[in-house]
Amino acid sequence: MTQKLNAINDFVVKFANVNGSGSASANELFARAILRMGVPVSPRNIFPSNIQGLPTWYEVRVSGAGHLGRRGGVDMVVAMNPETWKQDLAELTPGGYLLHDSTRPLPESAFRKDVTTIGVPLTAICNATYSDPRQRQLFKNILYVGALAQLMGIEPAVIETLFARQYKGKEPLIASNVKAMRLGRDWVRDNLPADICGLRIARADAVGDMIFAEGNAAAALGAVWGGATVCAWYPITPSSSVAEAFEGYCKRYRTDAATGKARYAIVQAEDELASIGMVIGAGWNGARAFTATSGPGISLMTEFIGLAYFAEIPSVIVNVQRGGPSTGMPTRTQQSDLLSCAYASNGDTKHVLLFPEDPRECFDFTAAALDLAERLQTPVFVMSDLDIGMNRRLCRPFAWEDGRRYDRGKVMTAEELEVGKTFGRYLDVDGDGIPWRTLPGTHPSRGAFFTRGTTKNAFARYSEEGADYVANMERLQKKFATARALVPPPELSPAGRPTAWGAISYGSTAPAMAEALATLVADGHPLDALRLRAFPFPDSVRDFILAHDKVFVVEQNRDGQMRSLLVNELDVDPARLIAVLHYDGTPITARFIIAAIRDRLAAGVVTPLERAVS
Amino acid sequence: MTHIAKPRLHHPSLTRNAVGFTRRDYEGPVSTLCAGCGHDSISAAIVQACFEQDIEPHRVAKLSGIGCSSKTPTYFLGASHGFNTVHGRMPSVLTGAALANRELIYLGVSGDGDSASIGLGQFAHIMRRGVNMTYIVMNNGVYGLTKGQFSATADRGSVAKRGAVNVESGIDLASLAILMGASFVARSFSGDKAQLVPLIKAAISHPGPAILDVVSPCVAFNNHKGSTRSYDHVREHNAALNRLDVFSPAEPVSVDYAPGTEVRIEQPNGTVLLLHKLAEDYDPSDKAGALAHIQARETAGMVTTGLLYLDPGRRDLHGRLNTVAAPLARLDETALCPGAAALAAINDALR
Repeated sequence: MTQKLNAINDFVVKFANVNGSGSASANELFARAILRMGVPVSPRNIFPSNIQGLPTWYEVRVSGAGHLGRRGGVDMVVAMNPETWKQDLAELTPGGYLLHDSTRPLPESAFRKDVTTIGVPLTAICNATYSDPRQRQLFKNILYVGALAQLMGIEPAVIETLFARQYKGKEPLIASNVKAMRLGRDWVRDNLPADICGLRIARADAVGDMIFAEGNAAAALGAVWGGATVCAWYPITPSSSVAEAFEGYCKRYRTDAATGKARYAIVQAEDELASIGMVIGAGWNGARAFTATSGPGISLMTEFIGLAYFAEIPSVIVNVQRGGPSTGMPTRTQQSDLLSCAYASNGDTKHVLLFPEDPRECFDFTAAALDLAERLQTPVFVMSDLDIGMNRRLCRPFAWEDGRRYDRGKVMTAEELEVGKTFGRYLDVDGDGIPWRTLPGTHPSRGAFFTRGTTKNAFARYSEEGADYVANMERLQKKFATARALVPPPELSPAGRPTAWGAISYGSTAPAMAEALATLVADGHPLDALRLRAFPFPDSVRDFILAHDKVFVVEQNRDGQMRSLLVNELDVDPARLIAVLHYDGTPITARFIIAAIRDRLAAGVVTPLERAVS
Repeated sequence: MTHIAKPRLHHPSLTRNAVGFTRRDYEGPVSTLCAGCGHDSISAAIVQACFEQDIEPHRVAKLSGIGCSSKTPTYFLGASHGFNTVHGRMPSVLTGAALANRELIYLGVSGDGDSASIGLGQFAHIMRRGVNMTYIVMNNGVYGLTKGQFSATADRGSVAKRGAVNVESGIDLASLAILMGASFVARSFSGDKAQLVPLIKAAISHPGPAILDVVSPCVAFNNHKGSTRSYDHVREHNAALNRLDVFSPAEPVSVDYAPGTEVRIEQPNGTVLLLHKLAEDYDPSDKAGALAHIQARETAGMVTTGLLYLDPGRRDLHGRLNTVAAPLARLDETALCPGAAALAAINDALR
C-alpha cells in the first residue's frame, strides 16, 4: 500500500458534483470554514456551460503558506457524481483520499488500491432523516461537509457560526443545517478510525484582514464607488454577474432615501452593439458609463470602440475573458483578448488596457478606469478573466479614502465659454494631446460642436484635408503617450541577487507566478519579475527587458499576445522574450510555470516554448 | 463635402421668438446635399418648428447615423451639439445620451437604409424602450451616398433609375414603430411643409418615443417614372388622414375648423394638439385600427400621412427606471460614492 498522504494546511480537495444539485453553497461553506480557521484557501469552480444535470467541480486549494494560484494535482476527491467517477479517481495523487457515498455497495474494481477510500452512507442517513426529496438532496451536501469537518479537524463551531450568519433571521434554517452537519460529523466519529485521513486543518493566523471576494462583484463595487451612473450590458458568460452585482449594489447604495428614486440607470440592451452605443452616448453627454462583456461581445463592439477612440468619448469596458466565438469555452478562463482589445477597430487605433490580478484590483482598476476614461477621453478596458471574475479569491480588503474626488477631465464650463475662452474640440492647448470638451446644453451660443469620426479639423469642422487628418492622428498619438504616466505602473519583484533572467506576467497569472518564482529561487534559479498592470507600457517595461538577457513572458493564450504587444510597441528584439503559454481553459499553475522555466534554464535553449496542457 | 458657413449677420428687423432667438439662429452651415433634395426641406421644417416652439437651440442634442439623411444635422441647429454616430446605431447612442441627461431635447435623424436595413434592430428596440425623443426618418427608398441601391423600405415593384425592379417587399417603419411601442407615430411628405411642421412640433412636445417617417424623394437616384418615391408619385398617392395645429401652453387655442371634425389632445407639458380629421373614421388612439387602416391603404398603393398613432399615457424610459429628476451626468461624489465606512462594512461581510 502506498504511503498515505499526510499534510497540514497544504493540500487540494476536489468536489465532483452534478450541477443544479445545490452543491455550490455546501462546497463554499467548506472553503469558508477553513478560512475561519485562519488558513488561506483558493477555490475554483470548474463548470460546464449548462444549468442542470452536467458534471461540475469545485477545487479547493488549502495553503497555509498563502499560495492562491491553482496548484495542480488532487489529494482528496469528494466523488458525488457517478458519471465522472473514473475520471475523478484517476486524477487522485497516489496516497490520496476518496470520499464517497457508500449507501450502495460498489465492486472492489471501482476503487484504487493506492488511495484511501472513505465511505459514508450519505443517502442512507438522509433518507432515514428526511422525507422531502429536495431536502434529501440539499442536506446530503451539508452532510458531507460535516463528515469532512470531522475527518480534517475543522471546528464545528466555525461552521455553525457561518450558518448563523448565512441564515440570519431564518432561524429554522440554521437549526436544520446544523443538524445535517452534525449527522455527517457524528457518523464519521462513530464509525471510522480517528486517523483515517492524513489531511488536516490546524488553526492558524494566516488570513489576517483579507477578504474573500469575487472579481465580478468587486468590479461592480468599483463602478459604484467610482461614480458610474449608466450601465448598459448584454448577458454573456462570464461577465453577466458584473452588471447584476452593479444593480444589486446600486439598489442598496444609490437609491435616494427621501424620494426612492434611482441615482443610476441600467439597461439590458438587445446586443453588445447597443450596449456599447449606449455607453458612448452617455459618455458623450457627461455621465460615467460602463459595460461588462467578454470576447465575443468585444468583437461586436469594435466599430463603436473605434468611434469612441476617434471622437474621444470616455467609456469603460470590463472584459471578463474566456475562450473564442460561438460555443467558445464560455466557462473556461483565458487571457486571449489582448490584441483584439489593444487595437480594436478599423483605422489606426490603440486603447488603454488595465490588468487586474485579483478582486481587489478589479475594484481599484474599475474605479480608476472611470477616472482615466474621462481624463483621457477615450475607451478604457479592464481586462479581467473568468478565473478572477467568477471565483472567490482571498485578497486585500477594498479601500477608499473619503474626500477622494473624481477626475472629470477637461470639461469647459459655461462660465469659461462666457468669458471668451477659446474652444476647439480637438485643439491641443495643454501640450499633452488631450483636448477640451464641452457637454451638450452648456451654453446658449458658444461651445457647441458636431461629433464625428475622423473627417474634422481641430475645431470639429468637417474636413477631409490630409493635413488636418495627420495633425489629429499625431495628437492622438501624443495623448496615448500621456496615458503611460497615468495608468497603474508595473510591479517589480527583484530576485534579491543578480540574474540575467527576467519574467513578465499579468492579470490572473499573478498568484501562480509568485509561487513559481519562490520555488525557482529556492532551487537556485533566481529571476527578476515584472507584473504588468496596464497598456500603454511605461518606459520601465522596456528598461526591464533590456536589463536582462532573456525574459520569460508567461501568459494564458496560444499566441503569446502580450509578447507580441511588447515586441510591437517597445521595438525590442523578439529573441529576448521567451513565451511560456498555458491555454487549455484551466487556470495556469505554479507547477506548470516552474517546469516550463526550469526546462528552458536547464537546456539553455532560446526557442519559444509552448505547452497547451498542464 | 466641405464646410460652408453662412454669414452670421442678422438683419435687425428679424422677428425674435419668446426665448429671444431669430429663425436664423436655428440654421446651420449651407447644405451640401443635391439641389432639390427632399432632406433639405425637412431640415427647413425642423428649423421652423424649433423656432416656433420657442426651443433654445443649445437644449437640443441632435444625433444621426450614416447616410445622406444623417448628414443633415450639420445643416440645422448650428448651436446644438450634434453626433454623427456609426451606421444604423444612432438609437443606442441617443438612448445613452438620454439616460445621462433627461433635461435635453433629443432629436434622432436617420434614413431608410440606416433605420430599416442595417439598423432595424436598434430602431425596434429604441421604440420598445420608450426613450423620450423625436426620431425623424428621411425616407427615400434608396441609398444615395453609395449611388442608387434599393433600401429596405423600397416598395415591391418600384423601378430603380437603371431599370432594376425591386422584388422584396418594403418595410413600413411607421407600422413597425406602432407595434414596437412608440407612443407618437406620424408620417409626412417633405413636399408638404404645412403638414410636416406641426407634426414635428407635436413630436417634440410629446414626452416619449415619437417617430416621424417622412417620405423624402431623392432627386439624384429615385425621382423618375416607375419609382414609388418620386415627387410626382407621392403627391398623387398621398392619403392625408388629418391636419394638426400645435399650441404652446401660453398660446390661446384657436379653432378654424367646422365643429365636430377636430379632436383636442392635451400633452403633459401643456401643449395642445388640435387634430383636424380628414378621414372621418380614423382614430389615432386605436392601435389595431390604425395598423389595419395603414395596411389597407398601402395595399391600395396609397401612402397614409398625418398623425397615425398617439398614446398619451405611456411612461418613458426614465419613468420606468425611476431615475432622479437631476441629470445623472451632473451628480457628483456626494450623490454617487457611498464612502469609506460603507466599503468597510462590505469588507466585513466578505470575511
